Amino acid sequence: MDFTLTPEQETFRADVRSWLEQNIPREWTRRVMASSEVPRPEAYEFLRSWQHKLYDAGFIGLTWPKEYGGRGLSFLEEMVLHEEMSLAKAPPILNVLGVGMAGPTIIAYGTEEQKQRYPAKILSCDEIWCQGYSEPNAGSDLASLQTRAVKDGDHWVINGQKVWTSLAHVSDWMMLLARTDPTAPKHKGITYFLLDMKLPGVTVKPLRQITGDAEFNEVFFDNVRVHESQVLGGVNNGWAVGLTTLMYERLALGFGLQTRLRIAVDAVIELARQMEKGGRAITKDAVMRQKLAQLWIDTEALKYTGARAVTKLLRGELPGPEASTGKMGWVETHQKLQEIAMEIQGPYSQLMRGGDRAVEGGVWQYTFLRSRANSIEGGTTEIQKNIIGERVLGLPKG
Amino acid sequence: MDFGFSQEQDLLRATARKFLENECTSEFVRKRMEEPAGVTDEFWSKLAEQGWLGLVYPEEYGGSGLGFVDLTVLMEEMGRAVTPGPFFSTLLAGLTILDAGSAGQKKEWLSRLAAGEAKGTLAWTEPNARWDAAGVTTTARKAGRGYVLSGTKLFVPDAHLADVLVTVARISEGATPEEGIGLFLVPKGAAGLETKLLPTMDQTRKLCEVSLRDVQVDGDALLAEGGGGWPALSRVIQRATVALCAEMCGGAQRVLDMTTDYAKIRIAFGKPIGSYQGVKHRAADMLVEIENAKSLTYYAAWAVDERVPEAALAASMAKAYVSDAFRKAAGGAIQLHGGIGFTWEHDLHLFFKRAKSSEFTFGDATYHRERVAQLIL
Repeated sequence: MDFTLTPEQETFRADVRSWLEQNIPREWTRRVMASSEVPRPEAYEFLRSWQHKLYDAGFIGLTWPKEYGGRGLSFLEEMVLHEEMSLAKAPPILNVLGVGMAGPTIIAYGTEEQKQRYPAKILSCDEIWCQGYSEPNAGSDLASLQTRAVKDGDHWVINGQKVWTSLAHVSDWMMLLARTDPTAPKHKGITYFLLDMKLPGVTVKPLRQITGDAEFNEVFFDNVRVHESQVLGGVNNGWAVGLTTLMYERLALGFGLQTRLRIAVDAVIELARQMEKGGRAITKDAVMRQKLAQLWIDTEALKYTGARAVTKLLRGELPGPEASTGKMGWVETHQKLQEIAMEIQGPYSQLMRGGDRAVEGGVWQYTFLRSRANSIEGGTTEIQKNIIGERVLGLPKG
Repeated sequence: MDFGFSQEQDLLRATARKFLENECTSEFVRKRMEEPAGVTDEFWSKLAEQGWLGLVYPEEYGGSGLGFVDLTVLMEEMGRAVTPGPFFSTLLAGLTILDAGSAGQKKEWLSRLAAGEAKGTLAWTEPNARWDAAGVTTTARKAGRGYVLSGTKLFVPDAHLADVLVTVARISEGATPEEGIGLFLVPKGAAGLETKLLPTMDQTRKLCEVSLRDVQVDGDALLAEGGGGWPALSRVIQRATVALCAEMCGGAQRVLDMTTDYAKIRIAFGKPIGSYQGVKHRAADMLVEIENAKSLTYYAAWAVDERVPEAALAASMAKAYVSDAFRKAAGGAIQLHGGIGFTWEHDLHLFFKRAKSSEFTFGDATYHRERVAQLIL
């Protein structure tokens, strides 16, 4: 057991640190910083240029192969990078689904042509990706999806609808799951397509969320013709491609979440220092001290559980149970954090952005409401618990 | 960075698990619960033969010279077997002597503790049930070349078995409660020393009340430098807390294992109960908490072993989290077992009670969260 780094790794850390010091945009105020996970609509353009800057400096996609735009480094460097980003309170990236999911999936299953075409533009944020999985009648039971793809010459013709599609309104590409063989058992007849969002017949209709923003969407497909070269990982193999979310991807995504959480914990403590309850700072209140300490502990626990998983990968071992718990643990901690942020504000928690009495411009009200989606998006907590129960603990399926 | 165990540590774990599965069976534990000693001479000698009684003491004092992370591995396995007896109490005495003792004191006691020839304990807490320095009200009055100790110690583990009681007493009143505290080696049978075994909810942990009525000790019974005992005690408690966390993680993992095994075979409404989400999800919650508990404990073990500045924070984070996690896991295990889990015959109550006694040893979750708050706010 050893938490020290090699001289090369220390050099890498120093490089990251000095680059961040010099390059974090000045307009990145504390106020925007509190936006702890998914980018806020008003920050899209800012975040797009930030991600491009990271790409130019080589500080994104560290573990991706060099020939596809990455740097061919290990998860250790990825971890160091994210630690430094936490310390520097760096902005999040915009193309989070592309970097977390589309890119690694294409690198794992794509043809050489696909691998040359897509991953680098994902990292640079030149092309934003969304995820076309959920449908009105296929959420947690994703394999029952009904969007159809019918072969016509060298094209597939897509008809159907997706829903809850985050970032679709600004996306260039979609990871699309569609049914290509309706006669096969439901998991066997699905194909994974790389869909150009600008194709004729694709219609995006923003959906307003409980935050008041429209960050996710309905997407309709009306005879959309997709060339057969856009299939990823083979026809009728989409279930394996879409759901074999490699442990690598989950870890990479997990690092990002951990970084945002760490920054948010620091922000909530800063908030507690500034707000008062009964005439004294929240940080002097015995009950709130307990809650803030627990939040800190839970956040550190997630970090070290992640570090155990990374160690297994670096040693070439199979990830153990500690690798499966990250998303669920993150969700619980983040939702708790947002509740505490409201509790700290007391009656002020009622005031939204737009009024000059709102605390920190009302950003916490946005992140509080937004956090409700955390336990639904990317696999509900209920589904996560089924997965842990069945795949880790070996309990029988229901 | 490598946040995992070495091959030697994996081997130690496997050896300890096999040993305890053979030697520390449910039947053995239950027999020890019924007796004051809580251990057999045979079992104690076998621990000594394995080198586990002196695992972290230097070889020059008869120890095995291993590190604190190695001890964590052993403690985790002992928790898994809900091992009774004075292993931990003797470790407390040894760690204190190792930290604060002179070469002569270490030579005298550590080799005997490691060889299984003597047992020890730490007589620290008092009826005021405080874990801070202000809780130390037992006095040590200077008398000639030595001291006279007076006061009452409570919740002292295995004092009735100890050949030496490392006793915390106040030599003088200082500007702060931390000043003026001494650590004394009080031998078994000293005049005025009385130990009374108390009935405990967790019968695998024997606790005593220790009365010191003008107990005379020599000047060379004093550890550390005069009244500078509190910093040494704090370091020892920090280490012992992490060792205890490891033991608790082992117990928590065991009750989860028992629960999943049972949920796979117990049939209700025609199906194994583990197929129902009410059971499955609770088991998943237990797993998540136990994995986090281990992560914090392993990190704390490394931190105290390396004596890094954040060791105090790491130890308190671990104890706060693990105290809650073990209690919830043991309670959840009884619930998921149903009626059988509530019987005396089933072993779950041994872990449930161990979770409770461990929760209140060296500070509960509330106490340690406040310590964390002091360090981060």
